[in-house]
Amino acid sequence: MNKTKATLLASAATVLATTAGAQEISDDTVKIGMILDLSGAYSALDGQGSIAAVEMAIEEMGGEINGTPIELLTADHQNKADIGSNLARQWADQENVDMILGGANSGVGIALQDITSEKEIAYINNGAATAALTNENCAPETGLHWTYDTDALANGTAVAMVKEGKETWYFITADYTFGHKLEENAAEAVTANGGEVLGSVAAPFPTQDFSSFILQAQASGAQVIGLANAGTDTQNSVKQAQEFGVVQSGQSLASLLLFLTDVDALGLDTAQGLTLTTGFYWDQDDAAREWSNRFEERHGAKPTMVQAGMYSSALNYLKAVQEAGTDDAKTVVAQLKEMPIEDAFARNGRVREDGLMVHDMFLAQVKTPEESEGRWDYYNIIRTIPGDEAFRSLEDGTCEAIKG
Amino acid sequence: MSDSTNTTESARSSGGWLSDVRLWAAIGLVALLILPHFLYPVMIAKILCFALFAAAFNLLLGFAGLLSFGHAAFFGFSAYVTGYALQTLRLSAELGILAGVAVAALLGLVIGLLAIRRQGIYFAMITLALSQMVYFVALQAPFTGGEDGLQGVPRRPLFGIIDLSTNMDVYYLVLAIFCIGIFIIYRAVHSPFGKVLKSIRENEDRAISLGYDADRYKLLAFVLSAALSGLAGSAKVMVFQLASLTDVQWQMSGEVVLMAVLGGIGTMLGPILGATIIVSLQNELAQVGSLSTIVQGAVFVICVLLFRRGIVGEIGPRLRRWRDGGEKDK
Amino acid sequence: MMDLLGIPVPVLMGQLLIGLINGAFYAVLSLGLALIFGLLNIVNFAHGALYMVGAFVAFLLLDILGIGYWPALVLSPIIVGIFGMLIERFMLRRIADLDHLYGLLLTFGLALLLEGLFRQVYGVAGETYAIPESLQGGYNLGFMFLPAYRAWVLAASIVVCAATWYLIEMTRLGATMRAAVENADLVRAFGVNVPLLVTLTYGLGVGLAAFAGVLAAPIYSVNPLMGSNIIIVVFAIVVIGGLGSIKGAIISGFLLGLCEGLTRVFYAEASNIIIFVVMAIVLIVRPAGLFGKAA
Repeated sequence: MNKTKATLLASAATVLATTAGAQEISDDTVKIGMILDLSGAYSALDGQGSIAAVEMAIEEMGGEINGTPIELLTADHQNKADIGSNLARQWADQENVDMILGGANSGVGIALQDITSEKEIAYINNGAATAALTNENCAPETGLHWTYDTDALANGTAVAMVKEGKETWYFITADYTFGHKLEENAAEAVTANGGEVLGSVAAPFPTQDFSSFILQAQASGAQVIGLANAGTDTQNSVKQAQEFGVVQSGQSLASLLLFLTDVDALGLDTAQGLTLTTGFYWDQDDAAREWSNRFEERHGAKPTMVQAGMYSSALNYLKAVQEAGTDDAKTVVAQLKEMPIEDAFARNGRVREDGLMVHDMFLAQVKTPEESEGRWDYYNIIRTIPGDEAFRSLEDGTCEAIKG
Repeated sequence: MSDSTNTTESARSSGGWLSDVRLWAAIGLVALLILPHFLYPVMIAKILCFALFAAAFNLLLGFAGLLSFGHAAFFGFSAYVTGYALQTLRLSAELGILAGVAVAALLGLVIGLLAIRRQGIYFAMITLALSQMVYFVALQAPFTGGEDGLQGVPRRPLFGIIDLSTNMDVYYLVLAIFCIGIFIIYRAVHSPFGKVLKSIRENEDRAISLGYDADRYKLLAFVLSAALSGLAGSAKVMVFQLASLTDVQWQMSGEVVLMAVLGGIGTMLGPILGATIIVSLQNELAQVGSLSTIVQGAVFVICVLLFRRGIVGEIGPRLRRWRDGGEKDK
Repeated sequence: MMDLLGIPVPVLMGQLLIGLINGAFYAVLSLGLALIFGLLNIVNFAHGALYMVGAFVAFLLLDILGIGYWPALVLSPIIVGIFGMLIERFMLRRIADLDHLYGLLLTFGLALLLEGLFRQVYGVAGETYAIPESLQGGYNLGFMFLPAYRAWVLAASIVVCAATWYLIEMTRLGATMRAAVENADLVRAFGVNVPLLVTLTYGLGVGLAAFAGVLAAPIYSVNPLMGSNIIIVVFAIVVIGGLGSIKGAIISGFLLGLCEGLTRVFYAEASNIIIFVVMAIVLIVRPAGLFGKAA
């Protein structure tokens, strides 16, 4: 098991001085377990970068809370829900993990939500997009959803494009929870704003060859081909759409979930002009720039929104543990809901009753090669979408547990 | 497989406490009853599921000489059926498991009917291709949950009354299933049916000339093996509360071949030992998915090149020679 | 817009063409598999993995040595072919006299080993390999926009298949190989070095797989799992064509690619299993495969 004991106790004296405060922390460590994609389609946008970000949060806390050391476990879920939930089960049964940070992949994200609420462990997800985490699959007492969700992505990108007059849509969708949810939310946003969905096709996850799907999308005659996928799927579909001359023939591409690392891999020649919604951009303001530069020194790339969200959620969780003086999941989660969330990542953030961290989102457009001043200078922020507008309102949500 | 010898067979026939099957079975059972109090019960339960799976597979390869490369279809698909029965139909545990086994047997009948038309490599490839078809059905059918699989399958009470909510409860259920499964295999192998199978394996033409309908025996063995693989798959759902594509993929079919080959084809103990080693190995290397693939591949190559009879197949005869030598000295 | 059975003709033509291009990969791969089966009597489970290695060799040639696509198209099959010959010489030959199922198991292990090693180093996200400069852009065929590279893939595989067929059926070397399949002892008596012939055949077979891998690199990203996704389909195709039949492998490769494309138009969900359905039907009607000799 890949344990990185972040920092050992500074000195015996600190232990003696603070044992009183640490009494309520179970088995004398605060254990965070990360279950994420370390080798697959989402490893660039999540992966080692997320681990680095969480390590930065732990170091910021001094590696301990009131003298109790913080320990970090990490494991690769290989994009398989069964592997992810077995890991979580084993960590809960054998390692007494206090909090699980789940990474990209909605299938795994939901599986982890089930296990953690059963075992009463705190759970924060960054990167699993499905809005189900705070709706039909919500677990508001233990499970939080941090960086973004399918609702916010659809509300940003789809609404903006329909308002530009691009009203007819055809979706190419990653064939699992995430893709279907993203398509569903985007389709709602399209029709609610007067647009029309002409059809959709589900592509296996992950897919290398999108040619036949692109052909179908071209044949549909829709103005916009909406890509409800992520990671390497996005990269492959955007690239092959270009190969098959989608844009030349007058159709637009809408990548509903696009990460900084995708743009970096595609290159600005291919990606320029794409509209996207993001929860974080490293160049959004001074606080973000300062942290992102430190992150880049450590990881060798600017952070994606998932990686920044990982940092933010770990940091705020640890602060809440410190504040509450215990690592009991329900107490800490309740504490988090009391705290304003404002750090390098989040603007105007707060954790809502249903477990959703509502914060400002950004509508952005990928720069042209001429506009860009260098690697990572990829986005023009068009508009800041206030949290309450970006995310689905509590009233429209379907989380049974808080409707009671 | 032609050069695999049946070692436990001969071990049983010669007397002495060392080869008393019942004694060893009792010792093993006691160990399995105590073990979960020292080790993580979910882990041992997983080993038992795979051990049963490997033993069921071995019934076909070791005793009928048929190499199926598609057994994941039965193991994985019955998991879906059981999961669906428990989760959506809200059946009790034993009915859910029975449903899984029944569907696996039926699937075994259909695939078996097609596959036994050919032998050897053709048989292997046909089972492989047909199981891949089952995989795509599992991927696309509405009740399997596609890429996500079935998650959070409830551990419904056995017979509607016996609670199975803790890991320990489920462990003992799996242990019971394992014992029943292994007992059925043992009986089948040592029955007249098993003898006919072996004679078909040794020389099919001769068996036919003796008046046996070889195809019917092979089909029966195939269905039995499929049903027991299904039993193992259903048990796994009870343990992990999920059914996923991992269990229907062809890599899983390869894994069970490896377990049987490593432990020793055509022995009772071999597949169980092989499964224990492979599952423990996977658990040790779980943090890096690719590492366990590398190790499994290497073990496969080494097995085929150096000890084709597997661990039990190689050690068994040596042990007997040593013991026989010892007895002569008396 | 013209319609055929309620489907617009351009859509139908487009999907058929895409299917044919996929069929090109099937044909080259199943051809290699059939060659190996013909002479060695083993089903080479490592074929998919060696296809993947072929793509990776091209990627590494570019990444490390700066050697581009065109040289890689020749170099990669040679490198992988030599690697294959070493496997044959030092592993497969040792078990040549045993039940042929051991060959299947050994190559299966090799496939896992190769796939695992590349996964360990490169992850499964895939490495990109750019389409060569001269093959960028495409042609507007009226019913679809055909990228130039895909047209090249189709042309190149037809040429390679035809050349291999010519080698086997029309040349002296091919005649010797076919004779060795029929009766190795007799051929040996004529002074032919049969073991060398076997080694060369295995090298040629996996060289073809590597060639397909290089062709695939710019289309699909270079990915450690690319071989395991395609190998089972190719197995089914070889069974349909008749194990060991060169002609059967080539024809059924292209045919089933088309078949897949056609299914995608009418009932897309079934496109993944259509090849297995065809295989089941062929097995019932003609157990030896379309072009196979009756057992």
